[in-house]
Amino acid sequence: MWSNFLSASIFYLIAIVGIIFAILSVTLKNMFHSALALIVMLLGVAVVYIYLDAEFLALVQILIYVGAIMTLVIFAIMLTAEIYNKNIKRHNQQKLISLIIASSMAGFLIFVLSRFKAQAGVSFFEPLTLAMIGKELLTKYVLPFELISIILLAALVGSAAISKKE
Amino acid sequence: MMFKISPENWAFLIEFAWLCAKAAGLLGFVSLSVMFLIWWERKVSAHIQSRLGPMRVGWHGCLQTIADTIKLLLKENIVAKDTDKVSFWLAPLVSFVAAFLPFAAIPFAKNLVVQDFGLGLLYIFAVSSLGVIGVFMAGWGSGNKYSLLGAMRASAQIISYEIPLVLSVLSIVMLTGSLNMTKIVEAQGQVWFAFSQPIAFLIYFISALAETNRAPFDISEAESELVAGFHTEYSGMKFSMFFLAEYTNMFVVSAIAATLFLGGWQGPFLPGIFWFLAKVYFLIFLMMWIRWTFPRFRVDQLMNFAWKFLVPLAFLNILATALFLVLKK
Repeated sequence: MWSNFLSASIFYLIAIVGIIFAILSVTLKNMFHSALALIVMLLGVAVVYIYLDAEFLALVQILIYVGAIMTLVIFAIMLTAEIYNKNIKRHNQQKLISLIIASSMAGFLIFVLSRFKAQAGVSFFEPLTLAMIGKELLTKYVLPFELISIILLAALVGSAAISKKE
Repeated sequence: MMFKISPENWAFLIEFAWLCAKAAGLLGFVSLSVMFLIWWERKVSAHIQSRLGPMRVGWHGCLQTIADTIKLLLKENIVAKDTDKVSFWLAPLVSFVAAFLPFAAIPFAKNLVVQDFGLGLLYIFAVSSLGVIGVFMAGWGSGNKYSLLGAMRASAQIISYEIPLVLSVLSIVMLTGSLNMTKIVEAQGQVWFAFSQPIAFLIYFISALAETNRAPFDISEAESELVAGFHTEYSGMKFSMFFLAEYTNMFVVSAIAATLFLGGWQGPFLPGIFWFLAKVYFLIFLMMWIRWTFPRFRVDQLMNFAWKFLVPLAFLNILATALFLVLKK
């Protein structure tokens, strides 16, 4: 009873914090504050991974999303001209489209996950060792792995080419 | 309605309390160590420059830092008009927490570690990557051009040097086949990785200097150009939090270097904790020595050095290590 209550309340606490900061990150008026709210939200996702015993995923989430991607986002914000001008109003002209996309994505996920039934006797959260992940990545999933690397490289070269023109 | 607490929940609660106690003890140790290091840095710099350094408070000025801390605590809290309150107040906290978190996975001696993670090394790099956010918040929240420029420089530098840092450590992970800090120490029973992987050690140490924004990589707070970099607007207790974070960072990178390359707690006769601390403080002394004897890099030199020299060299080192491992099989 107590441990069920404890674990459920921990989960809901993380979820509520995550949702609050997700909403804040799209509604706050200040771009920099939005980025900070997004960081808290991403850390919340990492905590959910820890809650599900996926420590590796949680650490990679922090390393890549908070350490790398959000740092780049903040860099982009700070390089914006007139960042200190307090009169700039943030407006969002794509509210309708983003609402449609977000809600259809959420509907799709709810549809799939509600139909998903774990097979009896197969643990969904089998403890994955790092060695297993590495082996799978370099044997079974080597093609998607390499494809993603090439896409990232292309994005890197592309952004360098675009910024050089100016 | 009353909740019944079962034995395993009691065990959980006791473990939780024990973890909190360990964290509090660590916090005390870190504060004391930083106090010592600040005094030590002032003494080292003074003797390198043929001065005496602090002499008045205590024996050879050893209580000087305590006096300074009391002074900082009593200072007026100055907040400039154009600061962004949230970022400005939270930044020192974020910086210090990011500097303090890695301690959880660092083994001070055999079995003297807060939490012996299987993924310890990855954890250390993940949490210490949060430090950049604190620098950004300070620079942006101050509402001051010097702070903003200082923060941009500092974070560009930290991000750039994080790549050779992690790459150099990868070769150690390849040799041991583990991310567990204790296992990495035990793998150095015969020979330290500093000797079998000298290039990795050099790359790590240089990158660590840059990661902690120490001279010769201290363009982020170049006094002659930027006043004091991202913490220009800070005073009193908030300023000392940044100072605490900086010296804690120095301790952390040296502790990682001692663990990965210098055999951690291993050494003859004396207890493990003595050897570990001796190695860590020696590396910190080396960092101070470098700071007070070398001039500062220019911004472009700094970036070129990271991207065109250290990163390729680290990749070559990984390649050579992989070749060695394959041939040995």
